[in-house]
Amino acid sequence: MNLRVPYPVLIAALAVTVALLFGLSLLTGSAELGLGESLSALFADGGSGGSGGGNVVAIVMQEIRLPRALLALMIGASLGLSGAALQGYLRNPLAEPGLIGVTATASLGAVLAIYTGISAAVPLALPAMALAGAGLAVLLVQLLAGGRGGALTLILAGVALTSLAGAMTSLALNLAPNPFASLEIVFWLLGSLADRSMIHVQIAAPFILAGWLMLATLGRGLDALALGEETAASLGVRLPLLRLLAVVGTASCVGASTAVAGAIGFVGLVVPHLLRPFVGHRPSRLLLASALGGAAMLLLADIAARVLAPDEDLKLGVLTALVGAPFFLWLVVRTRRRLA
Amino acid sequence: MTLFALDRVTVRLDGREVLHGVSLELREGSFAALIGPNGAGKSTLLRAAAGLIPAEGGISLAGAPLARLSSTARARAAAFLAQEREVAWPVTVKTLVGLGRFPHRGAMQPATAEDRAHVERAMERMDVARLRARPATELSGGERARALIARALAQDTPLLLADEPAAGLDPAHQITLMEVFAELAADGRGVLASMHDLGLAARWCDRLVLLHEGRIVADGTPEAVLTPENLARVYGIEAHIGRANGGLVVQPLSRTTGR
Repeated sequence: MNLRVPYPVLIAALAVTVALLFGLSLLTGSAELGLGESLSALFADGGSGGSGGGNVVAIVMQEIRLPRALLALMIGASLGLSGAALQGYLRNPLAEPGLIGVTATASLGAVLAIYTGISAAVPLALPAMALAGAGLAVLLVQLLAGGRGGALTLILAGVALTSLAGAMTSLALNLAPNPFASLEIVFWLLGSLADRSMIHVQIAAPFILAGWLMLATLGRGLDALALGEETAASLGVRLPLLRLLAVVGTASCVGASTAVAGAIGFVGLVVPHLLRPFVGHRPSRLLLASALGGAAMLLLADIAARVLAPDEDLKLGVLTALVGAPFFLWLVVRTRRRLA
Repeated sequence: MTLFALDRVTVRLDGREVLHGVSLELREGSFAALIGPNGAGKSTLLRAAAGLIPAEGGISLAGAPLARLSSTARARAAAFLAQEREVAWPVTVKTLVGLGRFPHRGAMQPATAEDRAHVERAMERMDVARLRARPATELSGGERARALIARALAQDTPLLLADEPAAGLDPAHQITLMEVFAELAADGRGVLASMHDLGLAARWCDRLVLLHEGRIVADGTPEAVLTPENLARVYGIEAHIGRANGGLVVQPLSRTTGR
């Protein structure tokens, strides 16, 4: 099935949606702020870097809502982009960013930071250890998968690594020194954008941008790969380089995302799947569309989390899975109907 | 000029030696068929010539050692048509054929008029132009095979290495395919295609290369290669070999004993 929408129109529509949702995210929160008031406060002095007791509205906008909206944008785009890249590379619509083990190892790094109490002593230890976990995942996956750039060995290595990291995370929960530590670990694993600061944005941004740049180069190679690894190689695609960029790019942006927000599932799986028919199933065109779609979906989910249960601190990862899983089931049913 | 040359090439797959010191050259203007029973090493030879698998010995493409060519230079010197007709996504036939222009286009360059002309011509040659808007995954096996051949033609290379291109095509399209390959040779290009249909190979190719257990056991004109002795020794068959309409006709009849 191909849904004919001109590519520039699709991209423009998605970009406008992202911009609107970004604005809506800035206007959503427990403090009742007017539209004009909020937007002017966003650019006012007295927020971050201002002296104590400054403009409260500016502080709310600049230090609470702006980082939250920025992170939703960056992380959503990372999940959508890397999901599209990995589905293209593995030629499998069921691939998702966590498949290569990065999410699990980054989570493990963060869990260890909480478990050992380092995160309480050193504020930035948690994202740092999560990033280290993601880095380790890249090294291990590349080593395990071997040098020739095959897709199957990459999946196997990723599955093995995910299981191992999952087991170690369970072990940390099992041996947690007290119930509060276990609760903190569990809550962190659910994924959330609440109470993040501009420092989190600053930590994640370089890795996320670097990851985006790497993944953005993959388009043509992924198109050629649709004809199989041999044909792609015969067309001049350097498969080992392609795989390296796909793995390191995904690890960089998804690892950094997991480091600041925890594991957020389903966005990277569902968004490329949903948008694929609109780009004529071409992996190269899916990259940008999926990045924008991912950003839109996560912004929307984060707004919904705040609107639906303002007092409950509904975790973002829970919400994306709650919405994503039934949606995915619907996709499965629809696919089956088409095949029948 | 020599389009490709294998000089005592040995290939091991999983520690098993599949090609044993094979030497082979293909010059411009030749349409050669690579024949031999299942497992003789035909696909391996084609893959090695295209630089897709590690091989010992000397391999050169367009006069230069394979190792010294960039991946793009290789892709501009030789097109490779894989035996597996894999298409992972339901892209349109036109998009699929357009992938053949990959080595001719930079990363951010849009398709040029020349690119589009090559794609159109390739689609017309393989009779898939009217399928251009159809998703490639929804075509019949033979239609998909033709679209993939058109993809290789759109690559517009001096050399075409094709692994069983005729398999799955109906007789009319088999003849179309043979005509197209013969035209390529007449234009001064070279084609090496592995084939199982000896009649088709004998009728259309100017040269047959007979591979048996990883070695070339005969190489020459169809008449010289398709002898009753070679057919009995390599294929274990007896065949009727005759002439009709100015060409060789080969029809396998029965298995010989001792196989």
